[in-house]
Amino acid sequence: MFRGIMMRLSQAVPVLLIFSVMVFMLMHLLPGDPALAIAGPDASPEAVQKIREQLGLDRPLIVQLLEWFSHLAVGNFGESLTLKQSVISAVGERLPVTLSLSFVSLVVTLPIGIGLGVVAAYWRNSWIDAWVMVLALLGVSLPGFWVGILSVLYFSVQLGWFPPSGYVPLTEGGVGPWLASLIQPAVVLALFQIGFLARITRSAMLDVLDQDFIRTARAKGVDEWTTISKHAFRNTLIPVVTVLGITLSLLVGGSVVIEQVFALPGIGRLIVQGILNRDYPLVQGTMLLFGFAFVVINILVDIIYTIVDPRVRYG
Amino acid sequence: MAEATILASGEAIAARRRFRVLRKLLHHRSFMAGFIIVAVMVIAALCAPLTGVDPNQMRVRLRFRPPSEVNWFGTDQFGRDLFTRTLYGAQLSLWIGLAVAVLSGVVGAAIGVLSAQFRRLDSLLMRIMDALMAAPAILLAIGLGAALGPQTHSVIIALAVAYIPRTARIVRASALVTRELEFIEAARVSGASSMRIMFKHLLPNASGPLLVQSTFVFAFAILAEAALSFIGIGPPPPAPSWGNIIAEGRQFAVQSWWIMLFPGFAISLAALGMNLLGDGLRDVLDPRLKVES
Amino acid sequence: MAVPLLEVDDLTVRFRTDAGWMTAVDRVSLAVGEGEALGIVGESGSGKSVTALSILRLHAAATTRMPTGKIHYGGKDLLTLPTREMRQIRGGEIAMIFQDPMSSLNPVLTIADQIGESLRLHQGVDQATARKRAIELLDLVRIPDAARRVDEYPHRLSGGMRQRVMIAIAIACRPKLLIADEPTTALDVTIQAQILDLLRDLQRELGMSVILITHDMGVIAEFARRVMVMYAGRVVETAPVGQMFRRPVHPYTEGLLTAIPKLDVDVRRLPTIAGSIPDPTAVIPGCRYSPRCPQVQESCRRDSPALLPAGPEREARCPPRVAAMAKETVA
Ligand SMILES: Nc1ncnc2c1ncn2[C@@H]1O[C@H](COP(=O)(O)OP(=O)(O)OP(=O)(O)O)[C@@H](O)[C@H]1O
Ligand code: SF4
Ligand SMILES: [Mg+2]
Repeated sequence: MFRGIMMRLSQAVPVLLIFSVMVFMLMHLLPGDPALAIAGPDASPEAVQKIREQLGLDRPLIVQLLEWFSHLAVGNFGESLTLKQSVISAVGERLPVTLSLSFVSLVVTLPIGIGLGVVAAYWRNSWIDAWVMVLALLGVSLPGFWVGILSVLYFSVQLGWFPPSGYVPLTEGGVGPWLASLIQPAVVLALFQIGFLARITRSAMLDVLDQDFIRTARAKGVDEWTTISKHAFRNTLIPVVTVLGITLSLLVGGSVVIEQVFALPGIGRLIVQGILNRDYPLVQGTMLLFGFAFVVINILVDIIYTIVDPRVRYG
Repeated sequence: MAEATILASGEAIAARRRFRVLRKLLHHRSFMAGFIIVAVMVIAALCAPLTGVDPNQMRVRLRFRPPSEVNWFGTDQFGRDLFTRTLYGAQLSLWIGLAVAVLSGVVGAAIGVLSAQFRRLDSLLMRIMDALMAAPAILLAIGLGAALGPQTHSVIIALAVAYIPRTARIVRASALVTRELEFIEAARVSGASSMRIMFKHLLPNASGPLLVQSTFVFAFAILAEAALSFIGIGPPPPAPSWGNIIAEGRQFAVQSWWIMLFPGFAISLAALGMNLLGDGLRDVLDPRLKVES
Repeated sequence: MAVPLLEVDDLTVRFRTDAGWMTAVDRVSLAVGEGEALGIVGESGSGKSVTALSILRLHAAATTRMPTGKIHYGGKDLLTLPTREMRQIRGGEIAMIFQDPMSSLNPVLTIADQIGESLRLHQGVDQATARKRAIELLDLVRIPDAARRVDEYPHRLSGGMRQRVMIAIAIACRPKLLIADEPTTALDVTIQAQILDLLRDLQRELGMSVILITHDMGVIAEFARRVMVMYAGRVVETAPVGQMFRRPVHPYTEGLLTAIPKLDVDVRRLPTIAGSIPDPTAVIPGCRYSPRCPQVQESCRRDSPALLPAGPEREARCPPRVAAMAKETVA
């Protein structure tokens, strides 16, 4: 187990290196002078030059790259140009929002998405299956930001059930207001993941139900509920866990967009504002942190996988 | 000569199989539903000029008109006809979706086949793909799109790059299986070039999963493009992209709900159509992922 | 035979296919006495597995209707038994093992759990007792190092070992009847012999009745007392094993026997008889074997033959041959 994790970590190193170089190049090799863009069209040449020096853009690219790496090595992800704070602290401030949103959304997604898939597979080709599949299909076809706006119009403006926007930190108002500020965006965000997971789970479950060992369980006299919940379900989880990384990736990606709709001050908003303000170090640093986070998440998913499937435990 | 005969009979079999696949598709409910939806949307998009209205023409006197016999989808804050704009938006969205699907399909297939054929390239290419997949696809597209500047083609490139890795992995997986088949082994031993093996064997055998994946990418791309436009990283206004119309109409949504309603339906319908097509293709072309119709 | 343990009457099972309803099992009747071993042979697709699965109502529910006919067991009809009671029979009184041991065990559960589940279910023993009994059962099916093996997952075991585990699961609750559907087909020849020996010893020790389904006439000769031959969903002959080998009545049985290969050859498929089994959805008028039968007569293609008595404990579905036999006996 430990050796497996070490191996995954060692594989992650080149991936992170390549990702860092890509993020670096993204901001440096593309057309346009960031300094000019930051200073704005009316800035004096001196001002532009000053920004250029400040960014270190006047030095050879390779020097800049090495410097960027040496900073990364000590955990320095750069300074934001517009926020007057380091990228780490800017991200740190907004991280709880995005984490809270993703967490609540995941808590909504997992039981519903997996549950729907199991139900649809168990009653395959029935009207239950048909309805679940239509819902799942809608989940992966409706644009989340649009559903979010409609949802605000109805549930917040019309009915006044939830606040239309904004975030209440857990430390400020306790669980109630925190959840109230998140539940609507979290559910909207969950729709896509629910559809995605339900579709994956259904086909995984169908495969499992056709397996011989299900027949063995029934031949032992095991009741239907135990057949599904004990014999079929854990096997169904194996392929479902493999897409957990993708699910989380979709979730966080979706939250970037949903944060715009509900004006949640999370990382998604940070990055979009960074882009609109041409705050390149901020965008660069945030992207990089995202990449690092997902490399770790994928390793965690691999670990979960070895727990669910005993066949890879010793491998 | 022997290979020629095998290939000839192989082609006959392939032709017959194509026919069977076609018949199955025609009887597949979700495929046909998706096909009809997409076909109607394509026709509608192509017919956009027939409305005879300029999608960007502003008429201040006609602002915020609710849907009526004249303006089927109403008008927006500048008095532009939303029906016309939605139709032109279909042109834009479908074009972007198609371009992203084709671009990521072609590049992804090339990377997948190359890494399956040349084991030395494999680990490098796959690490690069892993790196591209490190951040969420939509985020990568946002970053790339922002860096490339607000233009239609930067959206296309950004989204294509974001979806290349999965396509590459799918094609590679299929090609690795094909490589182990006996007749490829035989072809290799009898001196067939790498080019020939890649184009004649690995690629055709991966075409089913590739087509399925590209169809889903098409659906994703339509949704992602709308999201990018909504955030402000899409084709710049006044381009009538669906995401733009929703973003612009949002602040008036309480009174003039119709502005953002119809483009949202259009996005949903387009994505739904492509997803249905993808489901049908997967059931028929990719028996490993069989899901009863 | 007094009152048989299990008696199947006119069992008919139909499947919905793309080409309409197909009859996989057509009015099959059979009986198994206490402690008796019945063999069922027939080519692939003749309906052996469907017959066996239907006894426990384990047939694919999605594509069938409820089988028709009667399955008498312990004074009850298994086909109309409430689901609850049926579950008590399954694994408790009638157990089953399957052809492919590689896929018949659940990959994510330990051996202890999979054997113990049966015991907990039918005998209400607790976890610890179930584990102890599981070890004893593994010993009984001759798995070395049982105390260690019991906590492993199936993927650590070979095919032969897994089939032993399947047998352990099946006999865990001392069932009265064991249905073994081609238990050795997927195994190597040497392992096949070991598993058959094991089954035979267990049958004797535990006094079980066994229905053994196989492709292999050699296995039948060794194992069964009576044999039933199936062709295209129908019973074509039943006979005591010795009589059948000495003197097959039905031309199909005869074909199977003459095609017996050398003993030490790996027998996975029945040796071929000229022609092939009919498309199960095809309608063949008269005798279903007539397209392949070397002794076919005009009448065979016209009238659907009935299963006729052909001596004590014998029946065959071939009027010309039964008539010929009767004439011989008289003469
Ligand atoms: N679930 C099902 N749906 C449709 N047809 C089925 C189903 N199960 C079995 N059949 C059909 O019923 C017929 C009898 O099948 P069965 O499995 O009983 O044959 P068998 O004698 O056990 O063959 P084998 O020796 O290959 O195991 C076959 O034609 C098979 O295709
Ligand atoms: S009834 Fe006729 S065709 Fe059928 S087995 Fe007997 S002889 Fe052959
Ligand atoms: Mg069988």
